[in-house]
Amino acid sequence: MDLSLFLQYLFAGVSYGIIYAIVAIGFNIIYNTTGIINFAQGEFLMLGGMISISLHAFLPLPVAIALAVLITMLVGALIEVVFIRWIDQPSVLRMIIITIGISILIREAALHIWGEGVRALPYFVGTAVTSVSILGTRVSPQVLFVIGVCSVMVVCLNFFFKFTPLGREMRACAANRRAAILCGINAKNMVTFSFMLSAGIGALAGAVMSPITYTQYDNGTGLAIKGFTVAILGGLGNTLAAVAAGLLLGIIEAFSVSVLPLAFQDAVAIAILLVILFLRPHGLFGNSAAARLQEF
Amino acid sequence: MKKHVRRGLVTLVAGAAAMFSLLLPAVGQAETIKIGAVLAETGPSFLGVPEANTLKMLAEELNVKGGINGNKVEMIIKDTGGKPESAVSFTKQLIEEEKVFAIIGPSTSGETMAIKNIAEQTETLLLSCAAAEVIVNPVAKWVFKTPQMDSDAVKKIYMEMKNKGISKIAVVVSNSGFGKAGKEQLLKIAPEFGIQVLIDETYDKAATDLSAVVAKLMANKEIQAVVNWSIEPAQSIVNKNIRQAGWQVPIFQSHGFGNIKFVQAAGAGAEGVIFPAGRLLVAETLAADHPQKEVLVNYKKAYEAKYKEDVSTFGGHAYDAFHILCRAIGEAGTDKAKVRNAIENMKGFVGTGGVFNFSAQDHNGLGLDAFEMMTVKDGKFALYQK
Repeated sequence: MDLSLFLQYLFAGVSYGIIYAIVAIGFNIIYNTTGIINFAQGEFLMLGGMISISLHAFLPLPVAIALAVLITMLVGALIEVVFIRWIDQPSVLRMIIITIGISILIREAALHIWGEGVRALPYFVGTAVTSVSILGTRVSPQVLFVIGVCSVMVVCLNFFFKFTPLGREMRACAANRRAAILCGINAKNMVTFSFMLSAGIGALAGAVMSPITYTQYDNGTGLAIKGFTVAILGGLGNTLAAVAAGLLLGIIEAFSVSVLPLAFQDAVAIAILLVILFLRPHGLFGNSAAARLQEF
Repeated sequence: MKKHVRRGLVTLVAGAAAMFSLLLPAVGQAETIKIGAVLAETGPSFLGVPEANTLKMLAEELNVKGGINGNKVEMIIKDTGGKPESAVSFTKQLIEEEKVFAIIGPSTSGETMAIKNIAEQTETLLLSCAAAEVIVNPVAKWVFKTPQMDSDAVKKIYMEMKNKGISKIAVVVSNSGFGKAGKEQLLKIAPEFGIQVLIDETYDKAATDLSAVVAKLMANKEIQAVVNWSIEPAQSIVNKNIRQAGWQVPIFQSHGFGNIKFVQAAGAGAEGVIFPAGRLLVAETLAADHPQKEVLVNYKKAYEAKYKEDVSTFGGHAYDAFHILCRAIGEAGTDKAKVRNAIENMKGFVGTGGVFNFSAQDHNGLGLDAFEMMTVKDGKFALYQK
């Protein structure tokens, strides 16, 4: 395999991988603050894409995307306030079923609002066929946008959790909820905020990948499954591990096409997940002691 | 009389009267002909919506004119979402509960194959809007289809490749029934035209990025053309990924590309794609004396005026199915077996897909000449000039 072919596979893999990583980070943020696996995560990406497409009809692109992210964050907050907040001591199973129900609700609402058609944002730079040459291989500038925007989001999130007061409060809630309440942190608001944050990063990722992957009312489910796979692969709750696991999975999927028929691509991803779960159940980078601490 | 005897007599008389009154309307009054349709209005394709719109439009037009021989037509349309299981359950519902006269659809080959046996066993007339050859080969007495044969589409593509001196190709198909049937035909017919298929890959019909498989194809420098066979929006992603990778290889597609939405989804990646399709897409540019011109132009005008979107060949297949069925009912009345015979013996029916000539062995009625090679120029469909 020559360098340009290798790079082509690599770019394909990194662009899938970083999307999976963002979905996984969304899962992790909510899981860390509440212990809930939010299966409606994929729907946030779909909403981000759909809302920005609708707003783009009468607003310039950056404004449309920014507004779409805000609206999706509000939807996230609404979901939390309406469905999650008032439940006392929820069991894991109950919450999983509730979030699956929420995802179905959002999907059907999207079907009613936007129809069953496939839509896409216009390419940020150029058209569907422009490409830039990098080290001998040609890549669409949109792929670079996806990789760039998602990487910036990861870095910002890291910074947010480590150095800002709000981020530290969220980590405190995740580490020990009762102690955090005793310190004067409003745990209920932290939960709402974690939903908003997850929704926001999901929406931005959904908007920026829309030109490449198209947005359709049922886009969310497939993404949620892959994202959940990656979250487990990295060790549930660990953000940086999610990024690493996401990139790893994306790259393996892309390179698998060079040796196996394309039809097996999804099977490869699931096979890897199964192998990891048998050998290291707490994920590649998790360890059983840390898993209990639930740090970001 | 004793009370209960009297009550019994009253019930008996009332019951008899009710039975009579039920029978009366059936005698000498117009019956509504129920036609069922199972279409993929939602789901990963742009097929079902134009088909459903067309059927609704045609049923309305027909009823305004008074129906067929005075009998109004009622369209009962069910949305399968493109899933064969839904097609099966809706078909059974239409046959058993609604007792429809005939069924138009389904939109996709996979769904049609799932219900082919049901139609045959329950002796329900089925006019499919799906293209795979296996729907009518082997011939089932009650099953017909209106789209052109995918084997003919393949032959048209290979003929054009031969003209261009292309002999080594790659084939990518979607994992739907249409894609798989197309792959079978592509591989089977290739040797007849001296064409060698170097790589054949199947992509997921809901795929969002196919640059990995494009990289694999590009690695094989001997490939002179790519055939992209699908009816889902994912086919547009293949086009985009190929051009984004800077690869100017000629791309041939199937007649499943015949909806302007696929061209819009692919953007500049659709320019120059060559594919066989019915003449509906270029209705205005046909010669005035072409037998199909009037039908095509009228349908196009009516559809675009009512639904404010471009016609697609898929809506055309539903148009053909509806008119074939109605002409047969007009000739043979409402006896199912007679209508079936009428369809089987129909010759020279001018539809949007072509001029249909049915027979006992040919339940499709269209041949190679139903196709015209098309291309995409400046984001619009155009006749392909060699």
